[in-house]
Amino acid sequence: MGAEVVVEGLTKSFGSTNIWRDVTLSLPPGEVSAMLGPSGTGKSVFLKSMIGLLKPDSGKCVINGVDIVQCSERELYETRKLFGVLFQDGALFGSMNLFDNVAFPLREHTKKSESEIKRIVLEKLEMTGLKGAETKLPGEISGGMRKRAGLARALVLDPEIILCDEPDSGLDPVRTAYLSQLLIDLNAQIDATILVVTHNINLARTLPDNLGMLFRKELVMFGPREVLLTSDEPVVEQFLNGKRIGPIGMSEEKDSAQLAQEQAMLEAGHHHGGTEDVRGVVPQIQPTPGLPERQGDRRRKDRVMQMMHTLPAPAQEAIIDSLTPEEQRHYGVRPRSLVGAGRSGASGNPGSAGNTLPLDTSDAQRGQLPADEVASLPQQDWNAQTQRMQHRRDVPPGQGGVQ
Amino acid sequence: MTAPGSALKIPGRGMLEQTGKLFALGLDVIRGSFQRPFQAREFIQQAWFIAGVSILPAMLVAIPFGAVVSLQLGSLVSQLGAQSFTGAASVLAIIQQASPIVVALIVAGAAGSAICADIGARTIREEIDAMEVLGVSAVQRLVVPRVLACMLVALLLNGVVSVVGVLGGYFFNVVLQGGTPGAYLASFSALAQLPDLWISEIKAVLFGFMAGVVACYRGLHPPPGPKGVGDAVNQSVVITFLLLFFVNFILTAVYLTVVPPKTG
Repeated sequence: MGAEVVVEGLTKSFGSTNIWRDVTLSLPPGEVSAMLGPSGTGKSVFLKSMIGLLKPDSGKCVINGVDIVQCSERELYETRKLFGVLFQDGALFGSMNLFDNVAFPLREHTKKSESEIKRIVLEKLEMTGLKGAETKLPGEISGGMRKRAGLARALVLDPEIILCDEPDSGLDPVRTAYLSQLLIDLNAQIDATILVVTHNINLARTLPDNLGMLFRKELVMFGPREVLLTSDEPVVEQFLNGKRIGPIGMSEEKDSAQLAQEQAMLEAGHHHGGTEDVRGVVPQIQPTPGLPERQGDRRRKDRVMQMMHTLPAPAQEAIIDSLTPEEQRHYGVRPRSLVGAGRSGASGNPGSAGNTLPLDTSDAQRGQLPADEVASLPQQDWNAQTQRMQHRRDVPPGQGGVQ
Repeated sequence: MTAPGSALKIPGRGMLEQTGKLFALGLDVIRGSFQRPFQAREFIQQAWFIAGVSILPAMLVAIPFGAVVSLQLGSLVSQLGAQSFTGAASVLAIIQQASPIVVALIVAGAAGSAICADIGARTIREEIDAMEVLGVSAVQRLVVPRVLACMLVALLLNGVVSVVGVLGGYFFNVVLQGGTPGAYLASFSALAQLPDLWISEIKAVLFGFMAGVVACYRGLHPPPGPKGVGDAVNQSVVITFLLLFFVNFILTAVYLTVVPPKTG
């Protein structure tokens, strides 16, 4: 089972520029999570802070009981062996060919014989579709190939945690789809915890179990995929639909004048810029038939059903719909139209919506794993963050305190 | 909420910070030299590379350097009427001062700049990050073998430059200034002594260490962007030169105080 990553109150600044503050989340073991966010919100910085390449100003990042922020150098190097990291450009060693690049971690950290190394490396290269290119130098191949080679190198030590920094950038849609499938298959095979940082909406909608979003120096949300995909939070909605209308501007955020102007243009018939309306929850990518069932998926169902009553109504609905009838019986829930139940106000108060859970709590069996094997989010009450955003939204930037 | 440190704006703070980090890297390198596994392959490759780029320029610099020292001293000493000591004086000057400095300049200029550019390019391409993330210390894997290679090559090159410099001095003194070969050779042992050779080699090793550490340090922390790597190379050579002459001054002062001069 993959390792759990618990991030608490992480804050990072460069000089006097604050990148993000007080980020708290937990990557449940063996599940696929994705971090969304507009360009320049510090997603890559977050990733680098998680592996100790950058030192956060405060907070904790605990992996297998080791706090990456505080631990000794020796512990840091030991913990890093659990990670497989795919950098944006692949970050291959320019002086080595692809074979040596992929073999590098094996040669450094294991005592495997050269023939065994060759077998493993060729297997990983074939997995990423690079068979026959092993003697090429990184400078001689395309960016997409470099990226895939970087992934092969990240996988070669069978990591417990896989971090991918924008796996889709520089890849065509077909290769991106293959890459998503590869990540899910890997997750099914080695049960690794996976975190993908991306701003590809398609990838975010189909790949992860959990979704998070960074904006305005904060973690807007982090929770099961259904929560973000059904969210009516303006930032999330704008981002997932790729529209110009909303709080995200070309630079970090917009002022109210620009917001009003764009709203007027939209009402006058100008297009909002989004390609299509992609609201709602789409089915998740499943492992290739023949591979074992994803253990992370099973654990996730148990975990999500346990925190079900804290989720907003549309998310509950989507989660219940995604279960098979058999599973619905198992968890004691049944699909029910929730129209009107949680949409009393325009903003919708998730707290009150949570009480209309169609869950027969008295005798529902809450999952099949012992309690200690079920992952728990440190911040079960994710509403707190939403409400904070709610508060921030009420006070438009630049007019703080006036209202 | 202000970030710690941003409130304090002390002039020279940045410089002190950089100096501290440079020394920290130096200590890490010393510690890393004794840690296993030792990167023998990388060390040999680097040593071969550094030797390759520095032997020829070092010798070409050594010949005129020896000649200049010899000519200058020769005319000076003959004005004082001590021609017989020309050989001794030029040998002392070449072995103690000229040779280690020439070696350090060549190692820093030819090898240090190449090392700095190499590591700098790796840094901005995130190769160093990737290596760290794979659980391999970049200091252990890349910096230590390079610094040790600089030290070894500086040590060996110092011998070459000393010999070539002395031969050059001999040639110009005997052939051009009409000095007597016998007097030149005989006066070698009149003033020069074994500790002179030791301090020469110690200086060379130390300068090689400095050149390597400074080059690697600037390579690991380049200003952003491809131009940053160019700036880093430039800075690494300049910083090495400044440190070099300063450390040379200290070492010479200490040596002259500690080791009594040989009285003929």
